Order: sequence, then C-alpha cells, then structure tokens
Amino acid sequence: MRLIPACGVPNVAQPLLQVDDLRTYFGTPYGIARAVDGVSFVLEHGETLALVGESGCGKSMTALSIMQLVPEPAGYIDGGRILFEGKDLLDLTWNQMRQVRGNDIAMIFQEPMTSLNGTRTIGWQLVEAMEVHGKASGHAAQHRALELLTRVGLEQPTLVLRQYPHELSGGMRQRVLIAMALANEPKLLIADEPTTALDVTIQAQILDLMRDLQRALGMSMLLITHDLGIVAKMAQHVAVMYAGQIVEYAPTQHLFRQPCHPYTRGLFASLPSRYRRGVDLATLEGVVPQATNWPRACRFEPRCPYHWGTCMQMPPRMLGTAPGHTVRCHLYDPTVADRLSLDTLRHRGGDVVKAIGQTPEAEANA
Amino acid sequence: MTTLFPLLQNVLPLVIVALVVWVVVHARQQPLWAEAYRRLARNPLAMMALGVICLYGLITVLDSLQWRDTTTEEPKTVLDRLFAHVPQERTYSAPLATMTTGEPQLHAVQGWHLLGTDGNGKDVLYQALKGCRTAMIIGGFTSLLVTPLALLFGMSAGYFGRRVDDAVQYTYTVLSSIPDILLLIALLLVFGHGLDKLCYALGITSWVGLCRLVRGETLKHREREYVRAARALGVSPLRILARHILPNLLPLVIISITLGFSGLVLAESILSYLGIGVEAGTGSWGNMIDAARLELAREPVVWWNLAAASTALFLIVLAFNLFGDALRDALDPRLRST
Repeated sequence: MRLIPACGVPNVAQPLLQVDDLRTYFGTPYGIARAVDGVSFVLEHGETLALVGESGCGKSMTALSIMQLVPEPAGYIDGGRILFEGKDLLDLTWNQMRQVRGNDIAMIFQEPMTSLNGTRTIGWQLVEAMEVHGKASGHAAQHRALELLTRVGLEQPTLVLRQYPHELSGGMRQRVLIAMALANEPKLLIADEPTTALDVTIQAQILDLMRDLQRALGMSMLLITHDLGIVAKMAQHVAVMYAGQIVEYAPTQHLFRQPCHPYTRGLFASLPSRYRRGVDLATLEGVVPQATNWPRACRFEPRCPYHWGTCMQMPPRMLGTAPGHTVRCHLYDPTVADRLSLDTLRHRGGDVVKAIGQTPEAEANA
Repeated sequence: MTTLFPLLQNVLPLVIVALVVWVVVHARQQPLWAEAYRRLARNPLAMMALGVICLYGLITVLDSLQWRDTTTEEPKTVLDRLFAHVPQERTYSAPLATMTTGEPQLHAVQGWHLLGTDGNGKDVLYQALKGCRTAMIIGGFTSLLVTPLALLFGMSAGYFGRRVDDAVQYTYTVLSSIPDILLLIALLLVFGHGLDKLCYALGITSWVGLCRLVRGETLKHREREYVRAARALGVSPLRILARHILPNLLPLVIISITLGFSGLVLAESILSYLGIGVEAGTGSWGNMIDAARLELAREPVVWWNLAAASTALFLIVLAFNLFGDALRDALDPRLRST
C-alpha cells in the first residue's frame, strides 16, 4: 500500500498510471521532431486503455517514453510527468528505472519473430527474465518457467523450454514473449501491436489469452494498435492519437456509438461494414504531416473535410462532450463563434459524406 | 619464450590442446553449433584444410615439449630428438641427392635428406618444420591478444555510443592511418626483438579490423528487437552485451579470426624477410626465405631452400583461408535464420 507523501492517507483512488503533458522530441537534421507532443491520459487498476492511430502518430513513442527506452541519442523526453502509482518515473535514476522495467511494467513488442534471442533456449530466456529481478533462480525458476509456458497455453511446455526460437512458430513465440512479460507479475503490461505480425487465425487466440491473463492477474494494460476491432474486443477506454496528440479520449462503448472527432470518424468510415455493401471504402486523403513541421493550429486541418478559417488560426482545445469523453476539435467548442453546426455539415454535400461516412449508429438505423 | 618456467613451458602446449578439444566438444553439444559442425563435416575441402591445420598443430606441439639432453645439457624438443640421427652435411645438397653441390670438390652425402640441405649442411625439412611453431605461436598468441581487446572496445563503442564510440573510433582511425609496416618497424624498435614482442606489435596493428567489425555488428544488434525486449525486461547493459549480443557476434568473430590467422603468419614472414622479425636462431619461414634469397643467384641454382619454406607457408595460409571460408558457409545460414 502506497501513501501520498503529503497527507499520509492510503490513496485508494489513485490511478495506476497517469501521464501528464508528455513531450518526447527527436533532434533531426530537419529540426526538432515532436513525436509525442503533450499527451495526457489516465490508466486505472485492472483496466485496458487502447492507443489508436496511424503509423507515425506517436503511439509507440508514448509507450517507449513510459519505459524510458526512447531511441538514443536523437530522442529525449522534453517534459511532462509519468506518474506510476503516484511516483514520477522521470525522477527515477537509471538503475531505479531498470528495476521498474520488467518488474512493475512489462512490454510486448510487435515482432515475435525477432524479439527473442536466437542463440539461447526459451528456458534460458525465461529464467533470465526472472533472475534479473531476483524473483527466482535455479530450480525454482525452471519450475516457474514451465508453469508460465503452461499458463500461456503452449502444448508440450517441457519441450519448448529446451527449444530455440527458430523452432517455434510466430504465434508460439508471441506466447513465449507474453510468458516472459508475465514472469515477474507486472502491474502494467504495455502491448505494442501484439498481433500485427501474426496470422489472422492466431490473432484472436493471442488476444483472448491476453485478456484472460489480464483478468486473472488483475493487470492494467496499455494496448497500442491501429485495429479498431481489437479495441472493441479488449479496451475499456480509447485514446485516439493524431500527429503526436490525443484528439479524442472516451470510453470504448461511447466512442463506438458516437465518434466525434473528424479523424476518428474517418477511421470508422474506412472500416469495411456490412451496411455499406457495394460502396467503395472511404479513405482519409493525404498523409500524416511531418513531425518536424506540424500544422500550426489544428494538426488535422489539412486533411479535415470540415475545416474552415478558424482551424488554421487557433489550435483546438481538449473539451468534454459527454462524461469521460473529450475531443480536440473546434466543432465541439462552444466558444468558437463561427463554428458550423453539425447539421449543416451533414447536409453540406455528397463529397463530405463520402469522405467521412456515417456514424455506426446512423448506419444501424439505415 | 625462454623466460618461461621450464615445466610450464611443457604444460602450456598440452593445456592449449586440451582447451581447444574441450571447447569443440562443448560446442558440439549445443544444437546450433552441432548443426554448423555437421555442415562443415559435409565439406571435404574444409576437412582437408582442417587436417592440414591439425598436422601443423601436431608439429607445433612436438616442437614445444622439451627437456634437457643428458649429454649436452641443452634443452631439446621432441622434434629435435626425432631428427637427431639426421647427419649434418658439409654444405648444400639437392633433395635426395647423393653428392653435395656448390663446392669445388664434391663430397658424398652421408644421410638421406628429403628436401636437401642448406649452406651449413643442415636438413631443410627439419628447418621447415621448426618454422611451424613460430608461425602457430605468432598466429595463435596474437589472435588471443587481439580478440578480447577488439571485443571489449568494439562492443562498448557500438553499444554505448557517444563519447565511448568517439574515443574508440578516434584511436583506431589514428592507428589505421599509419602504414602497418612502418608502425610495426617502429614498435619493434621500441620493444626489441623476440617472438613475444613480435606478437605484441602485430596485436597493436591488427586489432583494428576486428574491432571495426565488432563495433558495426554491435550497432546493428543494439537496435534489434531482442535487445530492445531485453532492455524492456530490465536487463543491465553489461549483461545484454555479455549474454545476448556476444553469442550473436561469436560466429562472425570466429570466422574473422580464422581468416586473420593466415594474415598474421604472412606478416611474420614478411617482417623476418625484412630482418626485423624473430631472432636468427629461431626457426622461421621468413628467416629461411631471407637466407634463400641470396642463394638463388648461385650456379647451380639452390631452389629447394626457398621452395620448402614457401610451400610450408603457402599450405598453412591456404588451409586457414579455405577453412575460414567453409566456416563462414557453415555458420552463416544460422546467422540468417535468427
């Protein structure tokens, strides 16, 4: 039980992870790339938060910043706070941070094929994961390794223990990596696109496994993905990232019922749906702008079908539209005088509707 | 080498042989290395090269085990004793000749000399065999000096980057910008002559290549997912270097050492030929070639001296090059699969 230093009262309501205004920058020959630029979110005990966005939007860098494994020497954390159980991880020394990694916070990477050391047996690598934090050694570690492999659903765990990574399939390796991440019973698991590199048939298995284990162990999970299907299956909360910022933050159900930000709507519109059979899938025109040169005001403005003058002059604020649902868009800002009403926009013209599509709710009604 | 305690001098070669055998046997128990060994065993050329290397190694061991002679009180090696009954001639004699050459009054040759005799009437085969030990010590001892040095500097430069990398890179760039031969001559002037000093000098000039290779490979492996995963598990940098990156570098390092070995043997010969190699008393192919150089001008031409030394040199260099290439073929598929 941890105490708040100031008052000395056990803090039950304290979230497991609270990220405040995190800024991770990269020094590049073309200027400073603001890969993560003022990201804030809260992750409660036992909850799953999904970070969603296109490649290059800074979701992986957010995860690496929490682990403080930002690629050096170009990358650095410029500012912000990462409160894990109330203490700021950015204040920890290098060695203290090493104790947190793998012990309190574990991470699963995207590529199961290359995330294991090819020259060592699975058993050796599992035992090392435990030995590093002094959790177990010798026979106890061997025994626990076997137990972990059984737990992640590998058949013939005694055989796998003696095998090398190249003898296992991608799905088996991802299971081994999950076992390694769970070896020290972390409080937070960061999964960076854990199923992207796997076959579709294996993806569901791995996701089910992760969800079951999370429930059994009471872990929190930060799930990084670009797949809205995975979000619906796994997460209680969603943060949609675009160009280094969170543009929409909501409970999963709420977001799926009522996506607000034009970018989020674009994401939903580009999903195949049985209600739009025979219609071309909508695409978001353009690409994510360069991280060294984000648009001045609204970062989505160049690709946004709703944009108008204000969008190029004033950066939008993060404002609540419903309880727990916040959006970074002028459309939802009552103080922006010249904002267009959503209704006008809906009837503005066929091209806009085609680009943005309809909300899933509207589709269901149709 | 004469400064070593006599008993140690006899034990050392046996220990080295035992160590090599132990390492090979131990490695064969590991599935990954066993696979590489099987691939190597299927390559007849590699096995022939290995045979030649083993033969040279055997001669080296025979020439290293020594004890005092009862009559002369001089230490004699097993090889010396094997050739003890070969008589010394008056002067040159061609291979398997019955008469000497090069003197006004020809004499009958007393013994049987497969490769003839030199100007002092000494058996050329014996001299060529004496050169084995020098060559193997130069190659082996220098590799032994160079490898830990190159691994230490290369891996820390590649992994830690920044100042460490700058320091290491600066050091080897400066070293490699001086012509090797000039640097060797300068170093040998400072150190003085001798087999061990030659090894140190060669070590200083030859660690650069391996260090560069190790640095580059470490840079590559540092960004690999498995290293990032290990870091995310909280593994310390030293442990990552020693237990994750090093095993992945090992095949490349072994290949590089094997191919570098022949270069070292050649370098010794070149230095001896220039007169700055090992002492004249120590049997060495470089010294033999240096001595034979003048004899080519004789009439009739005394060629067997030069031919024997060159062939001995050629065989071991070729064997090491062939074996190194085969080793690369055997180890590389494994590298690709990871």
